[in-house]
Amino acid sequence: MNKEEIIAKLKLIIKPYTTNTEAYDNLTEDTDFINDLSINSANLVDIILDIEEAFDVVIDNTDMERMLDVKTAVEIIETKLAQK
Amino acid sequence: MELTDILAKLPYIKPFLFVDELLHVDENSISGTYTYSEDLDFYKGHFKDNPVTPGVILTETMAQIGLVCLGIYLMGDTFTKDTVIAFTSADMQFLKPVYPNEKITVTSQKTFFRFGKLKCNVIMKNEAGQEVCKGFLAGMITNKL
Repeated sequence: MNKEEIIAKLKLIIKPYTTNTEAYDNLTEDTDFINDLSINSANLVDIILDIEEAFDVVIDNTDMERMLDVKTAVEIIETKLAQK
Repeated sequence: MELTDILAKLPYIKPFLFVDELLHVDENSISGTYTYSEDLDFYKGHFKDNPVTPGVILTETMAQIGLVCLGIYLMGDTFTKDTVIAFTSADMQFLKPVYPNEKITVTSQKTFFRFGKLKCNVIMKNEAGQEVCKGFLAGMITNKL
């Protein structure tokens, strides 16, 4: 799975948790979950659990704390997929 | 952790404490009871001349027993006065009315507790054993929000 495919899959996961449609429609690697998409910490946990299910990976606490923007999320998912 | 230790750590007092007794707790579930005294202030207004326990109070009771008490147990020694508790979502169904002086029992099954978020499937029953409300509740209980 390449980076674009990961971002596309990630974007679908994020959709139900954001109400900021403009930031969502213009989502890039630099999009920040909390500041740009107005996602709170409780919904960030839901997104991470959905990522685990969709990509069949396990995210640990250290990764969770870093996973605050699209770029880092993609990096973490790529690393986890490569370890499989 | 003993059941009484959990009660001692609860961050609520009257008139907003809705836990009388805990019956059981383990890593995956908790149960407890509460009796809605007819003297509770909200009965004066909900409804006028017709006291019925408000759904928000039933939800709060389920959250205090099902989320907060279970969360305190799951956090163990890491639960301190600085721990942040925040109710984040409720998807509830209200099936039967609860009148003044009714004693209810809340049972909560953990769906997950990860990254500081606790989500549970919670059921409230009346003394006749009938389900009065049920739903999925979630909250953050964490030392770093």
